[in-house]
Amino acid sequence: MSNLLEVNKVSKNFGDYKALNEVSISVPQGSIFGLLGPNGAGKTTLIRVINQITMPDSGTVHLDGDLLNEKHIRDIGYLPEERGLYKSMKVGEQALYLAQLKGLSKAEAKTRLKYWFERLEIGDWWNKKIQELSKGMAQKIQFVVTVLHQPKLLIFDEPFSGFDPINANLIKDEILGLRDNGATVIFSTHRMESVEELCDDIALIHKSNKILDGKLVDVKREYKINTFEVGLRTVNHDALRQDLSDKFNVSNANFKSLEDELKLNIKLGQNEAPNELLNYLTSKAVVSHFVELIPSVNDIFIQTVKNN
Amino acid sequence: MNHLPLIIKREYLTKVRNKSFIIMTFLSPIIFIALIAVVAYLSQLNSDKKRVITVLDESGLVQDVFKNSENTSYNILEYMSLDDAKTLVKETQGSGLLHIDKFDNSNLKSNNITFYSKESPSLGFITNVEGRLERRLTNLNLESKGVDLAIINDTKVRVTIAQESFEGEKTSKVDSIIKLIFGGAAGYLLFMFIIIYGNMIMRSVIEEKTSRIIEVIISSVKPIQLMLGKIIGTSLAGITQFVIWIILGGFLMTIVSLIFGINMAQMQTPQQDIILQTMENPELNLQAQNILASFYNLPLANLIVAFIMFFIGGYLLYSSLYAAIGAAVDNETDTQQFIFPLIMPLILAVYIGFFTVIEDPHGTVSTVFSFIPLTSPVVMLMRIPFGVPLWQQILSLLILIATFMGTVWFAAKIYRVGILMYGKKPSYKELIKWIKY
Repeated sequence: MSNLLEVNKVSKNFGDYKALNEVSISVPQGSIFGLLGPNGAGKTTLIRVINQITMPDSGTVHLDGDLLNEKHIRDIGYLPEERGLYKSMKVGEQALYLAQLKGLSKAEAKTRLKYWFERLEIGDWWNKKIQELSKGMAQKIQFVVTVLHQPKLLIFDEPFSGFDPINANLIKDEILGLRDNGATVIFSTHRMESVEELCDDIALIHKSNKILDGKLVDVKREYKINTFEVGLRTVNHDALRQDLSDKFNVSNANFKSLEDELKLNIKLGQNEAPNELLNYLTSKAVVSHFVELIPSVNDIFIQTVKNN
Repeated sequence: MNHLPLIIKREYLTKVRNKSFIIMTFLSPIIFIALIAVVAYLSQLNSDKKRVITVLDESGLVQDVFKNSENTSYNILEYMSLDDAKTLVKETQGSGLLHIDKFDNSNLKSNNITFYSKESPSLGFITNVEGRLERRLTNLNLESKGVDLAIINDTKVRVTIAQESFEGEKTSKVDSIIKLIFGGAAGYLLFMFIIIYGNMIMRSVIEEKTSRIIEVIISSVKPIQLMLGKIIGTSLAGITQFVIWIILGGFLMTIVSLIFGINMAQMQTPQQDIILQTMENPELNLQAQNILASFYNLPLANLIVAFIMFFIGGYLLYSSLYAAIGAAVDNETDTQQFIFPLIMPLILAVYIGFFTVIEDPHGTVSTVFSFIPLTSPVVMLMRIPFGVPLWQQILSLLILIATFMGTVWFAAKIYRVGILMYGKKPSYKELIKWIKY
């Protein structure tokens, strides 16, 4: 699978402040790409560079094989974190205007808007002013405007903020649908559970540098710590704990269960196989819980940011 | 992709459809005309009231200069003491009592003439009476010294200096006044236009920032396109408003004059009295007839072309700065520190226009300020009716255009950075830094 977007060693300074330091990312065609990082890391600057709002000091950006140029404006749909609409303008008029700015003809824009308004069940808002709508309603309009010109690349910065769970789900399904129809999505958020759920690839930016990137599964594999969470039913908790501590690297675990069990995290060495552990455990007690701990994106995020 | 027409259209339609804009457009001329009508009506009431002036002429020399006129009637008293006369006037509610004491026969001096009244009389009235008395008393003095008045009247010479440039272009005092009116109107119009619509542009930039739509927009269009679109769209809305004002104002003015039968020319003011007096003089009257001729003597073609060029140039220069201010701040209250230095040269230009250009249209101060870009549109527009060499106009315009380009570049820089900056109230130092971004 080829890459739709190639960002190559992009740097950007604002006066003395370095916002991006030789950041490179590759976004595969048809994937959902999570752009992560703490506040002020440089994510927004990078997104603005891709949108040609900010010009990089050095480095290149290629979209679909071509060096980024003015024509690409219509290939990108951008939902910024700081978003809004003209408050005193009517919904339909405004959506038409924004669509025309993206290069759609008026007639084409109208047809597509009709489709989307019906799909999201907001058809009767056409003649309302934005100031008459709630925040969530305005967000829906904003989403439609972002995807209307069927861009190859969609960039969503915190797309779910302001939505109730039902609408957030609706938008999530739409994003997945757009991906299935061939769009590539860059997704910037602090909600790690949605990264976990949606993203195929991730990149982590911290203090203007990219410190981590790759396929989500690869990253997780890399951060795997070979630790197993176990629940053991036994009469004497202390004796069993003592026994296990002598043989393995043991710490307390915390998970929900029905019985009063001994809950432990057991970390295995490089050469120890999980089966050996399981065999040993079954010989000692009733094993009610045996799970390999996979690091969550949240853990990886916190760990990497702290280490840097 | 050129989105400029699209942006202009949106800006124009948004402005024109805005409720307060519509209200202002139609209400302003109505209020304005209503005010004029009220003032005219009141002053008509005032002039309808007949003044009754009682004259107690103890010298018996001057009473025949007082002839009843439309608004003033004179009541001549004889053989009455001053105190009785005062009481009489008070009781009969007359407008006032003019007391002329006996003169020392050898030489008539005016140190014994007094006007008694409840309210102090208008300046025009006093000037009028003084003039009449002066003429009569002077004549009496001359006669008593054995001078024949007929000879004096015959030998009087009135001088009017004809003015002509080396190229043979004739001008006159009336010409100068007409030129002044034209130049002043053009300069002042530009001044008003910049203030009203510059502010409107600034507010619309701030609105885009506060509604946070700006980032969505500039991911589609270049900031400079957005800025120019805003400036042009708002200006077109401004021109629309101006044209409606002029048409509606003229229309209402006609209606009001018809309904109330107020002839604006009859509104009496001291200045008009003086003008009327001078009109009586046949030679001046001839000059007045020349007003129309002077109008055609103006370099009209030059005036119109220059007006359009300098108006557009000056307006764009200022409005791009207004747009930059809008981009630099978060809300309107923060704009003051930037607007003040922007308005200063504009006010300076108007002052120079109304004081220095009138005094000496081609002097050093006028000339220099008609080249400095921030003041040149106003000052040059005021100078042009007095005849400015073409090379000066072109040079000034070139400087203006060059500065305009520089300003747009500068404003676009500020704009590009500023529209994405929130929460900071920028200092000038910071603005300079933005240019390097």
